[in-house]
Amino acid sequence: MLECDVLVIGAGLAGMRAALAAHTNGAKVIMVSKVHPVRSHSNAAQGGINAALTDRGDSWEDHAFDTVKGSDYLGDQDAIEVMCSEAGREIIQMEHWGVIFSRDEEGHLGTRTFGGQRRARTFFVADMTGQAILHVMYEQLMKSGVQSLEEWFVTDLIVADGECRGCVAMEIRSGTLQVIRAKTVVLATGGLGRVFEPSTNALICTGDGIALAYKAGVPLMDMEMVQFHPTTLKGSGVLITEGARAEGGYLLNKDGDRFMLKYAPSMKELASRDVVSRCEQTEINEGRGVDGCVLLDLRHLGEKTIKERLIQIYEIGRDLTGIDITKEPIPIRPGMHYQMGGIKTDVDGRAWDVKGQWGGIRNLFAAGECACVSVHGGNRLGANSLLDTVVFGRRSGEAASQMAKDMKPTEVSEEKWLKSSEDKLRSLLAREANGDSVAKIRWDLGTSMVEHLGVFREEEGMLATKAKVEDLKRRYEKVAVQDKGKMFNTALIFGIELGYMLDCAETVVLGAIERKESRGAHHRLDYPQRDDGNWMKHILVHETPEGPRLSYQPVTVTRWQPQERKY
Amino acid sequence: MEAILKVKRFNPEAAKPEPYWQEYRVEVEPHFTVLDALIKIREEKDETLSLRCSCRSAICGSCAMRINGHATLACKTKLSEMARGRPAVTVEPAGNMPTIKDLVADMTPFWSKVMAVEPWLQPRGPEPQGEYLAPADAMQHLVGVMACIMCGACVSDCTVLEIDPNFLGPAALAKAYRFVGDPRDQADAERLQALSRYSGIWDCTRCNECVQACPKGIAPMDRIMALRDRAMDAGFRNNTGSRHTEAFEEIVEHSGRLDELRLAIKTFGMMNVPAMLGLAPVGLRALMRGKMPPIFHKPIPNAQAVQKLFKKVEEAQKGDRK
Ligand SMILES: Cc1cc2nc3c(=O)[nH]c(=O)nc-3n(C[C@H](O)[C@H](O)[C@H](O)COP(=O)(O)OP(=O)(O)OC[C@H]3O[C@@H](n4cnc5c(N)ncnc54)[C@H](O)[C@@H]3O)c2cc1C
Ligand code: FES
Repeated sequence: MLECDVLVIGAGLAGMRAALAAHTNGAKVIMVSKVHPVRSHSNAAQGGINAALTDRGDSWEDHAFDTVKGSDYLGDQDAIEVMCSEAGREIIQMEHWGVIFSRDEEGHLGTRTFGGQRRARTFFVADMTGQAILHVMYEQLMKSGVQSLEEWFVTDLIVADGECRGCVAMEIRSGTLQVIRAKTVVLATGGLGRVFEPSTNALICTGDGIALAYKAGVPLMDMEMVQFHPTTLKGSGVLITEGARAEGGYLLNKDGDRFMLKYAPSMKELASRDVVSRCEQTEINEGRGVDGCVLLDLRHLGEKTIKERLIQIYEIGRDLTGIDITKEPIPIRPGMHYQMGGIKTDVDGRAWDVKGQWGGIRNLFAAGECACVSVHGGNRLGANSLLDTVVFGRRSGEAASQMAKDMKPTEVSEEKWLKSSEDKLRSLLAREANGDSVAKIRWDLGTSMVEHLGVFREEEGMLATKAKVEDLKRRYEKVAVQDKGKMFNTALIFGIELGYMLDCAETVVLGAIERKESRGAHHRLDYPQRDDGNWMKHILVHETPEGPRLSYQPVTVTRWQPQERKY
Repeated sequence: MEAILKVKRFNPEAAKPEPYWQEYRVEVEPHFTVLDALIKIREEKDETLSLRCSCRSAICGSCAMRINGHATLACKTKLSEMARGRPAVTVEPAGNMPTIKDLVADMTPFWSKVMAVEPWLQPRGPEPQGEYLAPADAMQHLVGVMACIMCGACVSDCTVLEIDPNFLGPAALAKAYRFVGDPRDQADAERLQALSRYSGIWDCTRCNECVQACPKGIAPMDRIMALRDRAMDAGFRNNTGSRHTEAFEEIVEHSGRLDELRLAIKTFGMMNVPAMLGLAPVGLRALMRGKMPPIFHKPIPNAQAVQKLFKKVEEAQKGDRK
């Protein structure tokens, strides 16, 4: 059995930031990740990270307002204030650690304008901001000496007496299970993108932590809020960064019209993501698309700008579609990108409520895309997610280590937990082949989710997907994994991940059917208006022995009353 | 369209664990990458095939492997291009690292070498309130190195590592350059001194394989050469590598041609008996094959022209450094 004060599950930006904060605070930390930390999905973030720096005339209140408006007034304003007011300090911290942010002529940090915002406050490193920060965070981690279990897959959370006391994890290389006992646990396992097919998310984004928490009885919040990014490639769903539009790219329909001029005359291509995605989908649905897509035109930016500031996009165009973006527009369409909802936490990452209003499990914290504080509400602004990971990663690392300081080691029966996890794995391995496969079930799940829980939704379709998910869960109970080996058995991991994905899907569908209005990314053809009277509230889903149960939480409003959203 | 892939398999749990080739035929689309095909094989034909992959867009660094004999990222490599003119596309795990299973290489040695260059920023003095001020172009230049995704393709194909597993290798050295080149880092001297030791910058043979293999255009070898320049500029010349470089330069500048015997003497030192004896077999073999360089070279008539060239290059370099 391995032991520590603070166990951090996940080594993306949120996880590493939490581990570093807890380590700095004197805790013995173990960090676990199913892939090597620098392979975490945070490296895919291309565009940048937001912060309003007061010394250059920006104000965090402006940033907070843009975030509140972007969230379609579903974000909790107290949490948004925390995130935006602490942003500057995090950027400077990362710069001091070594992040090579792009600079202006005087050698200060440079910025670009991102969607849904009135000022240039997005800090960036060419179009590889996530990678730049992730690698530096790992450098700091190597320096700190924090124990990092790399390529270890968490199969179970250890929960007893309403407390989280660690996890069971499999060392992928050897296939052996280990119990890791901890005083406090931070979940930072990232998003659930692969529940949708296609998605911009990496293949590892399977909602593991969200499902583990849900199955332990922790409430999930805003799960119906799924962001569709306006510029993704057709087949693979690979992302073209918002940076492409931030640098001045145009969106054109098949007649060559810049259609955003019509829908969002002031912010045009840089209106909020939900808005742009809906406009594109409308163009496509009304017959003005090109082969199910619209066109992103970057030619007028010139080869120099493209090759200096949009290197990755240039390469993605060339390698994945065979298009030279300096010479031709590239077909794109809205694609699943980000999960606004997740494990409900407070601003210190606590997944339980000290006031007992929304329940949860003591000693468990969450941060990053798997958590929902909620700062993104109905729609996340571009470049606010990296910020979310570092601010709330740090805060939860601090809070988790603080709590651990006053605690005695928890009691965990190693034998019992090992056995229950082993049984779970054995059952997946022991089943007879029945012609079905993990990949087929995953495909059926993802395509059904995109079909009925996409940019436009309505009751009938969502009910069909609900029934589908129930059916897939039954198929999942019988599906067999073909690789029976112990060492580096990726088939077994996909099998377990599929279980997590099905649980996540269930909560997305339930939330979406429940919310009978259109707000942010959740747009219903049968309820096309926002309805503040009835629905300016969060929907929470948690599991009970009788099945999933829905409940509500009011939205915290500090200073910005809801207004109509115009861009 | 059908594609044929020959994949090198290895099952460590087999009764006799030995690598073997397995052929897969799979239906593919024209836009498929090699990774797309491998995923399709794994999902539809053979779940037991293990490989690492995640982002599908050349950013996570998981899927480095050898395709048709050369290391690259499977997600960045068009299948149709690899299949052109060949009966089958071959896929093997990355080289110079032990294989765990199938296409999964053991990257532990890779990371321990990265760790050895102390890969974190080491500024000195009090931290500024705001950001460190740094010239935009210096930072832009570093972005080109920082773009390394640690996939290990360069290490896989490094010809020095094939012979000397202790060599720090292209990835770790490029990472070291990222800090030496960073105006905020103040540990240049210590870094360059450490890198000038055995297994460091002077062990590269400039074969260029890493430059070819790198899927992100990092050009590790060029970074190693830049480190050599910096190390010599910083005065770390008391090693065979830099003496060799200096002697090479001096001899060619002086007489317009290379004099191999003088080069050896200058590099190792006339009185360095063990090193000289060590070179004796090489000399003998050369002699027997009639390849021994002459002791006295004919003078080159226009040696001054070479000297002029040297001057020009030096001036240009000075300008660059400014
Ligand atoms: C293509 C793309 C571009 C983006 N661009 C931007 C941008 O420009 N700006 C922005 O702000 N945001 C952007 N985002 C969003 C942002 O990148 C993510 O929301 C954020 O990085 C998530 O970070 P995280 O730390 O929460 O999770 P991740 O980085 O996804 O890390 C999750 C970690 O959990 C581990 N893990 C998961 N499950 C398990 C398990 N069962 N056992 C052990 N370990 C596990 C993983 O190994 C990984 O280390 C982008 C997203 C995508 C998909
Ligand atoms: S899958 Fe990420 S680099 Fe290839």
